[in-house]
Amino acid sequence: MSNENINVALIGNPNVGKTSVFNALTGLNQQVGNYPGITVEKKVGFCKLPNHAKANILDLPGTYSLNASSMDENVVIELLLNKNDKLFPDVAVVVTDVENLKRNLLLFTQIKDLEIPVILAINMADRMAYKGISLDISHLEEQLNTKIALISTRKKQGIEELKQLIMSYKNLSTEPCLNASSMDPDYFGGLRKTFPNELVYKLWLVITQDVNFRGIEKKEILSEHRKSDSELKRMQQKETIKRYQFINDVLKVGQTIDKESARDFGTKLDRILTHKVWGYAIFFGILFLIFQSIFSWSEVPMDLIDSAFGWMSTAVQEHMPPGVLTDLISQGIIPGIGGIVIFIPQIAFLFLFISVLEESGYMSRVVFLMDKIMKRFGLSGKSVVPLISGVACAIPAIMATRNIENWKERLITILVTPFTTCSARLPVYTIIISLVIPDERVLGFLNIRGLMLMALYAAGFLMAIFAAYIFNKILKVTSKTYFVVEMPNYKLPLLRNVGINVVEKTKAFVVGAGKIILAISIVLWFLASYGPGDDFNNADKIVTAQISKSDAAVSQQELDGHIASYKLENSYLGIAGKVIEPVIKPLGYDWKIGIAVLSSFAAREVFVGTLATIYSVGETDEQDPIREKMAAERRPDGSKLFDLPTGISLLLFYAFAMQCASTLAIVKKETNSWKWPAIQFAIMSAVAYLAALTAYQFLQ
Amino acid sequence: MQTTVDRLKKGDRATITGIDADALPLKLLEMGCLPGNSVELLQIAPLGDPMYLDINGARLAIRKETAKHISVEVTS
Repeated sequence: MSNENINVALIGNPNVGKTSVFNALTGLNQQVGNYPGITVEKKVGFCKLPNHAKANILDLPGTYSLNASSMDENVVIELLLNKNDKLFPDVAVVVTDVENLKRNLLLFTQIKDLEIPVILAINMADRMAYKGISLDISHLEEQLNTKIALISTRKKQGIEELKQLIMSYKNLSTEPCLNASSMDPDYFGGLRKTFPNELVYKLWLVITQDVNFRGIEKKEILSEHRKSDSELKRMQQKETIKRYQFINDVLKVGQTIDKESARDFGTKLDRILTHKVWGYAIFFGILFLIFQSIFSWSEVPMDLIDSAFGWMSTAVQEHMPPGVLTDLISQGIIPGIGGIVIFIPQIAFLFLFISVLEESGYMSRVVFLMDKIMKRFGLSGKSVVPLISGVACAIPAIMATRNIENWKERLITILVTPFTTCSARLPVYTIIISLVIPDERVLGFLNIRGLMLMALYAAGFLMAIFAAYIFNKILKVTSKTYFVVEMPNYKLPLLRNVGINVVEKTKAFVVGAGKIILAISIVLWFLASYGPGDDFNNADKIVTAQISKSDAAVSQQELDGHIASYKLENSYLGIAGKVIEPVIKPLGYDWKIGIAVLSSFAAREVFVGTLATIYSVGETDEQDPIREKMAAERRPDGSKLFDLPTGISLLLFYAFAMQCASTLAIVKKETNSWKWPAIQFAIMSAVAYLAALTAYQFLQ
Repeated sequence: MQTTVDRLKKGDRATITGIDADALPLKLLEMGCLPGNSVELLQIAPLGDPMYLDINGARLAIRKETAKHISVEVTS
């Protein structure tokens, strides 16, 4: 991005429609990434202004104030403090919601104190008449020392005016609108004396926040101007009260609310959605509907994707000259990528539903309904959101725990979320269920396979709750219990926002998981195709010699099959499999399954791809789907390998095991230590092993 | 009548008279939970906790253990 572009930062409280403003300004010209070293999402977009001017728009995480209580909020402060940052805004646009102007202005006054040019964008202006609100814009502009854009992203109004204001940002005043340092003139006077070249409010933020400021070290300030933590907290309270006094005075003249003409649909809806019977009935009804639709709607696209990749493998095999490269592509890479692409429909639907629930404001009501129940298990009402989104993928779910204020509740939520059945387990479940559970109905209409799948989802969820209960009893973590949840107004979700969200999330998941799967497929294929020593290199001679000794009549095709399996057993992969065989044998697995399970510790979804790679190495016939190959596998005694005991044992292992390197990495980032992911990994793997062992030994 | 928020009944309106600032998160103050501002109890969750409040025009839910640190004067 060139330097002539105007750098614009969008700042605002959560739930004010900041992302809608971002989408309206940038359209699809956006890039989503991460801030270096942390998992906070960074969204930058590009916007064309009138007269060929251009702007880079940065969508900062939602925050209630510049007193940060989370990593997301720290990002906002750090950016605003560091003038040399290449994203440092030329102009800040504070996005507010017309219905919550009073609260939203708190953040506005703080940003004004940083002496950055600020535009006040009052969003959802289309709701003013509905809520009986009228504003005296010129009074507000004068008192707040800014320019105001009244916008409605829903009605697409005011966006051009906002662009005009951004373009002429140099005309904006950088004067603060109130004097916050008057709350303790002596202290702030002292600061000003020691650091004459710095803004006092900047120093104040450095003192009270845990942020990096490249200009001055916190120690340096505190060495001369020490205050105890409780003194600081008291001063922050004074600051907040002072700001509210100012805001109340401004709005007394600038805003009139005619309660008579205001209509309040939300309160009526709240009465139903948080009702003691209807509230829960509606919530579980919605959950049921979501699961039903995910499975029935994704069936068709998933089948299409499956056959498309099968066709591609065959086509490559047929049309490329035979050799190592062709084998790698048709047996390693294509099945590997197919294994991840097949998830796209289900993941997209899940993200669609979760995004609609959050955008509409309903999720907060669920948090409200569930808090008391979840608290009993050491969780918070806010844990419901991660536990539900965990059904899509544990990674965004764990990031969604950030708004849980209580550290212990948050930690437990992070630790147990991976027990919920994420979409990566689905292909494993689907293929094994179809192998070991008959396609029959009970009571005339309930499909047993469907019931089994539901039972596995229930098992994951119950294990999460049970583990939370245990963690709550044994973890000795003290933290203050705070629980504050905003109940936003109900809104009809904007199709555009939901759509962009679904596309971005799905893309991130597929690319992230796809890279791992691709790498593992290739490595596995090499390990299975090469081996040390004579046993591997002279496999054809050894097998031919053995066969001719036994003087049985063997066709050429059967001979090729024997050679291929002998080679696989003596490849690097086969040797590794043999090493782990004693550990997995009591669970009912052979060394091939063992390799698949082992490679799944990078990512579960690798399981099917790994088996596909193992079973197709050396195979001449590519047509057989992987399911058929698995069904045909036999034990040395001739019995079916994938029978009921082995199948159930595998299902339980995958239900409980911590097999996802990306999740462990996220847990490390979010808890800031390797201790918690290590504990999580050990406990989940132990639970999985014991459950699989018990099931196999009992059923056998 | 002088009381604390956790003892309000559904539909009660009150004015905040004092807060035990050390026991409340700063975030709650920033959302408008300050002396002189109005509170209305909109709803109590079916199992008795948390409480759904309208504080100074902002709608939010807090637990009773937090609500007991906010003193109010009931107005209606």
